[in-house]
Amino acid sequence: MTFAENLVILPIVLPLVAGAITLVLDEGRMALKAAISVGAALLLVATAVVLVRLAGESFATVYRLGGWPAPFGIVLVVDRVAAILILLTAVLGVAALVFSLARWQRAGPRFHSLVQFLLMGVNGAFLTGDLFNLFVFFEVLLAASYGLALHGSGGVRVGASLHYIVVNLAASLLFLIGASLIYGATGTLNMADLALRWHVAAAPDRALFEAGAAILGVAFLVKAGMWPLCFWLPGAYSAASAPAAALFAVLTKVGVYAVLRTGLLFAGSAEAAPSTGTPWLAYGGMATIAFGALGVLASQDMGRLASYSVLVSSGTLLAAIAIGSTPLTGAALYYLVVSTLALSALFLLVELVERGRGPGADLLAVTAEAFGAGEGEGEEVEVGTAIPAATALLGLSFAACAIMLAGLPPLAGFVGKFAMLNALLETDPVPAASWMLLALLIGSGMATIIAMARAGVRRFWASSDGRVPRVRAIELAPIVLLLGLCVTLTVGAGRLIGYLDEGARALHAPGGYVDRVLAR
Amino acid sequence: MTELVIAGAIGVLAGSGVWLLLRPRTFQVAIGIAMLSYAVNLFIFAMGRLRIGAAPIIAPGKVADAAAFADPLPQALVLTAIVIGFATTALLLVVLLAARGFSGTDHVDGREPEQ
Repeated sequence: MTFAENLVILPIVLPLVAGAITLVLDEGRMALKAAISVGAALLLVATAVVLVRLAGESFATVYRLGGWPAPFGIVLVVDRVAAILILLTAVLGVAALVFSLARWQRAGPRFHSLVQFLLMGVNGAFLTGDLFNLFVFFEVLLAASYGLALHGSGGVRVGASLHYIVVNLAASLLFLIGASLIYGATGTLNMADLALRWHVAAAPDRALFEAGAAILGVAFLVKAGMWPLCFWLPGAYSAASAPAAALFAVLTKVGVYAVLRTGLLFAGSAEAAPSTGTPWLAYGGMATIAFGALGVLASQDMGRLASYSVLVSSGTLLAAIAIGSTPLTGAALYYLVVSTLALSALFLLVELVERGRGPGADLLAVTAEAFGAGEGEGEEVEVGTAIPAATALLGLSFAACAIMLAGLPPLAGFVGKFAMLNALLETDPVPAASWMLLALLIGSGMATIIAMARAGVRRFWASSDGRVPRVRAIELAPIVLLLGLCVTLTVGAGRLIGYLDEGARALHAPGGYVDRVLAR
Repeated sequence: MTELVIAGAIGVLAGSGVWLLLRPRTFQVAIGIAMLSYAVNLFIFAMGRLRIGAAPIIAPGKVADAAAFADPLPQALVLTAIVIGFATTALLLVVLLAARGFSGTDHVDGREPEQ
């Protein structure tokens, strides 16, 4: 094994170690904790870049823990899609951590440990090659996300977290039922091994496997937020503190990734053309887009608007995966990356914008409450440089987010949607489902731009009560970083789409993955 | 016969768990989640096939007939599931108490329904 191949384990180990160290450090040593945490996240970005290069060179790199051969031992697999998603997660981690340095890290205990464990869980879910470890990493990321959803406390947040936790606990139980049914039917949990075994199984076992896979799918779709399994999402995401919500933007994508990976792996090894191709998933995804778009239009405050935008993005991805031609998957993956960056920036931005408004304004009561708690302890002293012309900068960033999410030119959101539309129209004749998705993609963009323009006008152009949000450079920097990345990806769209197309091709032809993992 | 008893137990636990999960009081929901997770743990265990008097561990140095032993993997899985379920249920209880403290009611929506 080369040095780079050994790095595959690092996206799990690095946050684990950083999380453990920050856990034992006293809350008083916040500067040290923050340094360790941000440092680990930066190292994670560097590791992810190496992995992206590694995955670009070879088809899929398999890391066997303890050197045990595949169906018996545990494997981690990094291919192009997993590598890009890990890089995305690491970037979001850096942005959220830097943002939290200004004040959020002090809003509750153990913030840095929770973020690190969340990163560990997400990375593990992207890397793992067997179903039970997928469950374990899901639980790690969920447990950390419960803590982060509660971060900052307050009545609204605790109430929303209660729903979030109960729904996700129930979904985890479904996950276990699905995984154990699959084990009972096939005798293996290794995904590559499963892909080979399930369709040579005898008829009764095969029915059990299919039932297990369906139950597993429901568990994934709860995490991905597909309608009608998504009603927990807007409440929990809009109540969460800004850096937590910015990280949550990637959690639904973990569900989408799990559907994509297992769906294509199990369906793809059959004799027919590989695709997740169930009409259910396509229509469910489209219903999610419609529900999300309606929610975006109906949202009165910006936090909910951002949360419903998560649903639109998630629904778009699910529908695109389900229709599932290879170029469409590649385009959808590009859209996944850029829309997650934009959503994350929007969640951070919302908090800054709403900070300028007086306490008592709808959801902001929550934020104010959290800050009010800190004020007594003298932690609210404004240090560091406040930015002049904050409103102009915030307005500009907000406009960039709106353009990204609605998919208008010239930014990357447009490139992603255009690539998807292009891929939808490539088949001849174009099926009805593709036309529906096309209409919904354009319609949801329309709804997004109407709602965002309305919110923007109300916030930035209306005569304010003279309050200008006090924004510090360190809070604006992560937003500029995320939006700057979006601009870079607009310019470099060709390269990234090319890379992800290659990744999508590999996903749609899972034979290579199976051979690599089982070392056949 | 064993199969019937186990299946019945899982069914009763899961059924009561789902019913409690749909109740409006947070404590009922917590107990519902706990019962559901017991049901799921038993289910995982049963997925390794029910064997009576068969050990899951092969004695070292002996080549044994695998058919004479119980499947150890579901037992390992169920241990992991128990630990994770236990931890998350504990967290749920804490959140439940915090929600009670903030809202002054144990209704899951944080407010009493209109009469």
